[in-house]
Amino acid sequence: MSIKIGNAPFESRVQDGIKNDFMRKAVSSAQGRFRSGRLVAAEELGNWEEWRTLGEEIRSHTLENLDYYLEQLSDEVSKRGGNVFFAQTAEEANEYIKEVVKKKEAKKIVKSKSMVTEEIGLNHALEEVGSEVIETDLGEWILQLDEDPPSHIVTPALHKDKGQIRETFAVKKGYDKSDRPEELALFAREQLRQEFLQADVGITGCNFAVAESGAITLVTNEGNARLATALPDTQISVMGMERIVPTWEELEVMVSLLTRAAVGQKLTSYVTSLTGTRLEDEVDGPEEFHLVILDNGRSKILGTEFQAALHCIRCASCINVCPVYRHVGGHAYGSIYPGPIGAVLSPLLDGYDDHKELPYASSLCGACTEACPVKIPLHEMLIRHRQIIVERENKAPKTEKMMMKGYAKWASSPAAYKMSTKVARPALKLWTKDESISSGPGPLKGWTDSRNFPAPSKQSFRAWYKERQKGGSYNGNPK
Amino acid sequence: MGIQNRESFLNNVAENLGRERRTQDVKRPEWSVNPQWDVYRDFSQDELVDVLEKQCEVIHTDFKRTNKENLVNVLAETIEGFDGNSIVAANDERNVSYGLVGLFDKLHQDGKEVHIWDPNFGNKNREFAERADVGITFSDITLAESGTVTLFNNKNNGRSISLLPRTYIAIIPKRTIVPRMTQATKQIHEANQEGHNVSSCISFITGPSNSADIEMKLIVGVHGPVNVCYVVVE
Repeated sequence: MSIKIGNAPFESRVQDGIKNDFMRKAVSSAQGRFRSGRLVAAEELGNWEEWRTLGEEIRSHTLENLDYYLEQLSDEVSKRGGNVFFAQTAEEANEYIKEVVKKKEAKKIVKSKSMVTEEIGLNHALEEVGSEVIETDLGEWILQLDEDPPSHIVTPALHKDKGQIRETFAVKKGYDKSDRPEELALFAREQLRQEFLQADVGITGCNFAVAESGAITLVTNEGNARLATALPDTQISVMGMERIVPTWEELEVMVSLLTRAAVGQKLTSYVTSLTGTRLEDEVDGPEEFHLVILDNGRSKILGTEFQAALHCIRCASCINVCPVYRHVGGHAYGSIYPGPIGAVLSPLLDGYDDHKELPYASSLCGACTEACPVKIPLHEMLIRHRQIIVERENKAPKTEKMMMKGYAKWASSPAAYKMSTKVARPALKLWTKDESISSGPGPLKGWTDSRNFPAPSKQSFRAWYKERQKGGSYNGNPK
Repeated sequence: MGIQNRESFLNNVAENLGRERRTQDVKRPEWSVNPQWDVYRDFSQDELVDVLEKQCEVIHTDFKRTNKENLVNVLAETIEGFDGNSIVAANDERNVSYGLVGLFDKLHQDGKEVHIWDPNFGNKNREFAERADVGITFSDITLAESGTVTLFNNKNNGRSISLLPRTYIAIIPKRTIVPRMTQATKQIHEANQEGHNVSSCISFITGPSNSADIEMKLIVGVHGPVNVCYVVVE
């Protein structure tokens, strides 16, 4: 897997999402819970806006001095017996990790949930060298057994119901109990505990690295990241190069923002900061540690108007408030990074060719920008993407180009404009029900396939304005 | 191995930022706001204990309060309550002053298996922890706001103790309680600046492990402990 998921065109991905009733119900209820969790957690603090300001200041200072902090981090990791590999591309990262795994003759590898390893398609690369890779986050394990990509960056199996999960466990692992979530989780605990104890290598992502001391911090709830780093003899952690803070003092602020924004928790069950290899006489922890710092398109974003997109701490709060995500679900984005941040990041990291529709998958309501704990101006970036797609990339959809040409001609003629505002309503009468069109003709079909279109008003704006000038209904709106 | 590809990688970062490489003299700015220091500012130690107790309800954690004299009884009762027949504990220097050594002896006499972490036993420590019912450690710094115990894991306090058994009991000396993570990370930051090596693993633990990965329903107890109890000692 890489950033792009599957080859189905955007429209058919959207249709699949819209027709998936369970997924839509699950997403809307998840959004409600996540959103209220975040709001309650924010309200408890009383000064959430100050926290956001601080978060933005820290992220922006760190990115402005990224080379300095990454150098410090790598020095500190090295001092504590760790190896650091700077990878320009996904391929370089995978090659390095494959080499480490081959040298250790690792048969079994346990992984804790990590978006960046999804981004580089690490599991696939490791299977090429004959290692068994086991995802140990409950949601990721379910998806791995079912060979399905994640649909949300915090709860990756959000689109599956417990019946489907029971079925997957039964077919793939011989599970024969009920579909109660507790029983399913207990089964996962028992199965995966054995894997942890036998694994040769543990692989993790990294929520935040601390430059001043070389610590890698993992923010989790299930405990699998602790097991994956305490038990195997070799640990490999992969981090996007922007996932770093200057000191422990900033770590604390970013973690507080992350757990509140992501799940409304003051802290998750486990915040684990790991430094280098295990020390003399320690039993737990790795004897060999590798940190892979990944660029993979990120440096191209530095110094551009999109730099703040690298401030993202992967909390998913923009996803949890997005009305478009609510209806189409994560898979429709065709990227491992869905939702508003995915629509901003995917074209930046992976190019416009495969992701040119994403900046249009937004109503530009700005809820994402308002929710972001580090104040990334997401919806403004989406507008800017659209501008670039139309003007520089010349990749606007064909029908849109035709329509825009037609519109330019039509709107520049006052007579044509006047005429069409008069005939629009009667012309669409056949398709109109209760002042709304749910299945429109011709060019309208593209719109009404996924949402309703309001019926044209009985009275045109011009007619209403004329009347108002004559002293008609002064406060009335055009009806 | 060591550090690979660093120069070209960081030069490229600097170039994209539109400036020369920065290798020194980068200072953290004064942040315009510092709301983290306002949380439970000026709370007394007793008030912080109350905050902690309340938070324990949110994080599905049992909360008990006792004094040094009664600690052993409270622990014995708690272990019994969780059907603890095998117990693994950190080899903490406080085990003596808090009377835990006596407790372990008594548990042993009662036919229970007790193992105190000992680097000389190597992997045997972990094997015991894997089949133990209960793990016991002290909290080094306790965060009232989130209900978090902080462990500086080391050769006498293996990571497995608070991780592998189904039940985890944290002993919280009252003076280890601070308002929130801010005070804990400041201590770590300052120790690091003074040249002390940071622990290979610092665990901030907030209640039992959990997951909401199946239909967003909260499941308490996944890979880590299923039950957690905090015992605050006056």
